[in-house]
Amino acid sequence: MSICVEELTKVYESQKAVDKVSFTAQKGRVLGFLGPNGAGKSTVMKILTCFIPQTSGKATVNGYDVNLNPIDVRRCVGYLPEHNPLYLDMYVKEFLTFAAGMHKLPDKTRHVARVIEHVSLGDEQHKKIGALSKGYRQRVGLAQALIHDPQVLILDEPTSGLDPNQLIGIRGLIRELGKDKTVILSTHIMQEAEAVCNDVVIINRGRIVANDALDNLQVTYPGKGLEEIFITLTTAGQK
Amino acid sequence: MLTVFRKEIAAYLGSLVAYIIIGIFLLVAGLFLWVFPDTAIPDYGYAGLDSFFNIAPYLFMFLIPAITMRSFAEERKEGTFELLATWPLTDWQIIMGKYLGSLAIVLLALLPTLIYYYTVYHLGAVTGNIDTGAVIGSYIGLLLLGAGFTAIGIFASSLTKNQIIAFAIAVFLSFFAFSGFASLSNLIALQSVDTMIASLGISQHYEAVSRGVLDTRDLVYFLSFSALFLVLTKTVLAGRKW
Repeated sequence: MSICVEELTKVYESQKAVDKVSFTAQKGRVLGFLGPNGAGKSTVMKILTCFIPQTSGKATVNGYDVNLNPIDVRRCVGYLPEHNPLYLDMYVKEFLTFAAGMHKLPDKTRHVARVIEHVSLGDEQHKKIGALSKGYRQRVGLAQALIHDPQVLILDEPTSGLDPNQLIGIRGLIRELGKDKTVILSTHIMQEAEAVCNDVVIINRGRIVANDALDNLQVTYPGKGLEEIFITLTTAGQK
Repeated sequence: MLTVFRKEIAAYLGSLVAYIIIGIFLLVAGLFLWVFPDTAIPDYGYAGLDSFFNIAPYLFMFLIPAITMRSFAEERKEGTFELLATWPLTDWQIIMGKYLGSLAIVLLALLPTLIYYYTVYHLGAVTGNIDTGAVIGSYIGLLLLGAGFTAIGIFASSLTKNQIIAFAIAVFLSFFAFSGFASLSNLIALQSVDTMIASLGISQHYEAVSRGVLDTRDLVYFLSFSALFLVLTKTVLAGRKW
């Protein structure tokens, strides 16, 4: 198992953001992390990337514990945070070289050229990040996550704010990457999960309400699309 | 750490802010030293840089917070701290990279003031009639003071997302650390422990180093002072809740 989460809990002051969440993600598959806004998706991702510590429970990435070996975890994870924060006054190439430096990559120029090619940033590579459109910024964020050719990719809402053409491009890229990496992506767009993911974890108010392969989920709820399944599961507790 | 350090310097030098701050520092120092009659060296009658070293700490109180205020506050506001913190770096590497980056800019601001030494050296009634030892000591004192203020500034910047608040906190802490303790020690109620309280403040140690006497006690004081604020920064970052 490349990602293994057991009974993960995160409490913010009085609010339980994540409540005993357990799931696993495997290499060669894309896991969709679905849930309404504020369900705790980003919190789990932040714990998996060692940005914030959990309150209790355990999480390992490629066998490394997020609390005991945070540097090893970060080395094998590529992370695209929510809202895609970037240094807007840096040039695309400069920023990617900086990211490569952070990972202590030996041949920075080669790695930068590789990711620029991979996410089709060729025409924009000499521009300032601040001057790029949202779609291109998203690609820069993705390029940054891919710079060290990580085995695990954690993408927090990678397609938010993209136009339909860009959506197709990025989804294709994620599917491609999912073939030989472990990919977790969060989204609240069900068509996207159906188009890209092999496995689905649905989380609502910090708790897991479904955790299965997409195909199995469709067998369990015959005749229903993922969107209907999602609505059934996430509103069940409120009725 | 080196990558963070290089990026910090590039970010400072790539924006106009650093040049403006350094420019204003040099302009104000120049005005005090050569134009304003109360403090001007030509009116002072002695070939010394004392008035520069007397006002420099007060200028540093504003210059350094202006340099350091963006270091963590901006990263937090823009969310880029999440990138930094999820790359394979320890918090210490981030803090030291930023600390040394800011300190390098402070050094850069201080470098042109060496020309004052050169000028006074040649202005002396007998050329070269200046106490070089005291000047070297004072520069070392100023460097140590700058290192302490930079640590305060980095700490203040880690406390908030707002650069203005970071600036204000850093100015206050720097001022208090510099002269607050000495003033407190004058309180009648604290007279029994006045020397102890005064020795907590920077000014006493700065003056001691400025005399040209490099005592290990002062050195240890300045190093532990900076270390204290860097450890506090680490504590703030470790407890991140955003």
